[in-house]
Amino acid sequence: MNETLVAVLAVLVKAVIIVGFPLAIVPGLIYLERKVCSYIQGRIGPNRVNLTIGHIDYLLPPSMRGALPVGLARFKLIPGSLQPLADGIKLAFKEEIVPAQADKLLYFMAPVLAFVPVATALAFIPFGTPTWDAFGSGHVINLQLASANVGVLGLFAIGSLGVYGIAVGGWGSGSKFPLMGAVRSAAQMISYEIAMALALLSAIVTAGTVDLQAFVLHQATTWGGAGWLMFKQPLAALIFLVAMFAENNRLPFDLPEAEPELVGGYHTEYSGLKFGIFFLGEYTAMILMSGLFVTMFMGGWSLPLLIDPYATGGLNALLSAGVFLAKLFLVLGFQIWIRWTLPRFRYDQLMSLGWKKLVPLALANLVVSAIVLTFVS
Amino acid sequence: MKPKLQATGLAAEALRDSPFGESAMSTEPGLADKDMIINFGPQHPAMHGTLRLVLRLDGERVRKCDPEMGYLHTGFEKLGEYRTFNQYVVVTDRMNYLSAMANNIGYACAVEELLGIELPPRAKAIRVVMAEMSRISDHILSIGLQGMDLGAFTAMLWAFIEREKVYDVFELTSGGRLTTSYTRVGGLAFDFPEECERRIRKFLETLEGVLGEIEGMLSHNRIFIDRSKGVAHFTREQCIAYGVTGPVARASGLDRDMRRDRPYLDYEQYDFEVPIETDGDVYARYLVRLAEVRQSARIVRQALDAMPAGPYNALGKVTLPDKDDVYSKMESLIQHFMLEMPGHGIKTPLGQVYHSTESPNGELGWFIVSDGTGVPYRVRVRPPSVYQFQAVQPMIEGRLVADVVATMSSLNVIAGELDR
Repeated sequence: MNETLVAVLAVLVKAVIIVGFPLAIVPGLIYLERKVCSYIQGRIGPNRVNLTIGHIDYLLPPSMRGALPVGLARFKLIPGSLQPLADGIKLAFKEEIVPAQADKLLYFMAPVLAFVPVATALAFIPFGTPTWDAFGSGHVINLQLASANVGVLGLFAIGSLGVYGIAVGGWGSGSKFPLMGAVRSAAQMISYEIAMALALLSAIVTAGTVDLQAFVLHQATTWGGAGWLMFKQPLAALIFLVAMFAENNRLPFDLPEAEPELVGGYHTEYSGLKFGIFFLGEYTAMILMSGLFVTMFMGGWSLPLLIDPYATGGLNALLSAGVFLAKLFLVLGFQIWIRWTLPRFRYDQLMSLGWKKLVPLALANLVVSAIVLTFVS
Repeated sequence: MKPKLQATGLAAEALRDSPFGESAMSTEPGLADKDMIINFGPQHPAMHGTLRLVLRLDGERVRKCDPEMGYLHTGFEKLGEYRTFNQYVVVTDRMNYLSAMANNIGYACAVEELLGIELPPRAKAIRVVMAEMSRISDHILSIGLQGMDLGAFTAMLWAFIEREKVYDVFELTSGGRLTTSYTRVGGLAFDFPEECERRIRKFLETLEGVLGEIEGMLSHNRIFIDRSKGVAHFTREQCIAYGVTGPVARASGLDRDMRRDRPYLDYEQYDFEVPIETDGDVYARYLVRLAEVRQSARIVRQALDAMPAGPYNALGKVTLPDKDDVYSKMESLIQHFMLEMPGHGIKTPLGQVYHSTESPNGELGWFIVSDGTGVPYRVRVRPPSVYQFQAVQPMIEGRLVADVVATMSSLNVIAGELDR
């Protein structure tokens, strides 16, 4: 195949994957969340919404109908698995109520601000090997949309804009509970981003790069393929994990939308699809942060013995993407598990945990790692 | 000219700030001040029932708090002046709808004291079983809601499953799950079925395991402890001054339990302890409730073991005779007629009585004045929730918004009791 054509096609396909990824994964994630939480709580969870997508027997001549086993002829999805779709349709048809005192521009802008930056930042996450020789054309495809050599910085620069969606939404609603949610959110995100960035700095110092693909390669090639930074930098990984919950507004850090306190927090006044987009943005942020954690601390798409980081084969590339996805869902599942187990922090406790514990710990970790690395090398 | 409604206190300030108040033309959503006034309720996810708190906030800190009641106009006490003694049992269900059975029993005991009736032992034992089951359901739900309001939603649903089992038992005995209306003056509406005892024993067997799970989820959870220890502190003296009773008072070290101090329904023959904590905070209340659930289970077991046989209604002029006797015996037919027909009913002597029972939330007192007509002249209730709702203000002023939620759920204020 023509090499230029492959190059152009590759970028287009990757762009479609990155844009479509959250839209495709979020419903599955919502289903997972509802199912996991219902099993934790001793319930059954969604088990109704379903589609019969088989109807294979209608393709057969009338005399042969009924010959196929029912399970095959009427192929159904897992019951309840279309619940997120039903939720989406419900949201789309809900009446849009705009509060009389809302700042219209900000009010409409906020859901977009909450979703677009985090979805864009996904472009920096490498989801597979960098050395796939596509169909033997000689063109090497890097399974990462934006292979910037400042990947981590780029991701943070764009991804952190997501907090504006929440802050602007809370302010633009012209209502008191959302405003409190917005203020809490801004304070929380800023505080925890510092701890998170300091934890990342230790990882960066260890790996010696800020390019995310190089990060994965570093982890895949040291310590016999198991040089994951969560083993090399366990404290940094732990701090990042805690800060990740705060960044995503997930329990135990879901203060911006603490339901018993602030009704719905920043999205109290939102209804219909605008609320749906907030929801989508929240889950996309969860995917982004989990993806970053997988990439930086869990070895990304690499797995010892299974994936060769420098192989050019198609199967290897596919497997690496699969490994990335599996690790991603492991982290996402962990977040869901924590959410339905722990109670919520109070505002002052949250701040003291962030500033008095996580930030000094991350700083000390950074200093110690820098000193150790200087002497080791 | 239309008279202008005058609000007072913080409500007036809230009105001035609200889009519907004096500043209706202003585009400022009431944020010009440094302080912000917000309505916590009556429609708010943390306000279980229609409670309202008007809060003046400085950032996250509560500067001033105005608890308001009056969003559930029921007129329960006035209804008592128009209902016969047995008709009023139905009304008592609706007062504290989380422990309807305890209300039924408290009311029936008060009327029986007025009439001077002694219940047969079986009726007493059944009432004790039902009262303690009601306490278990109320407390376990309260514990779960405490978890939910602090963010641990899972504990609440685990508690709900247990409450459903208690309601299954109620359904078996009284036919109702939430509004049970089980007692009648001089006894009970129905006998205690055989099946019921088996169900209760089965429930008690699994209860300990679930309590252990909830404890594991909350009691030793660092976040839960941080959120509840030292929050909404209330001293023993304050409890006495505010008239707070029940688990809230016992968590502050006020050793007072009607079952032990002024026994009714032969509570003195059961072996149980009254759990006391001295910290007087949200965590202590949680611990007291948890311990009380275990004590109640103990009482239920004892009552079931020693369940006497015999009639479940007091023999006399106030209870309905056996249906077969109504069809075959003249005296029974007349008695049935005298109790059921309009204008007749239970005749009480002239006089008045105050009788209090230990309901799950605290001392539930009934003051009944009888003028001898068959309908009370006055029914006055002392519901525990009113006194606990008054205590909200000193508890949360100066604390954070998140503590408001923790406080409210630790008090377990039931709106149905507030506006009688």
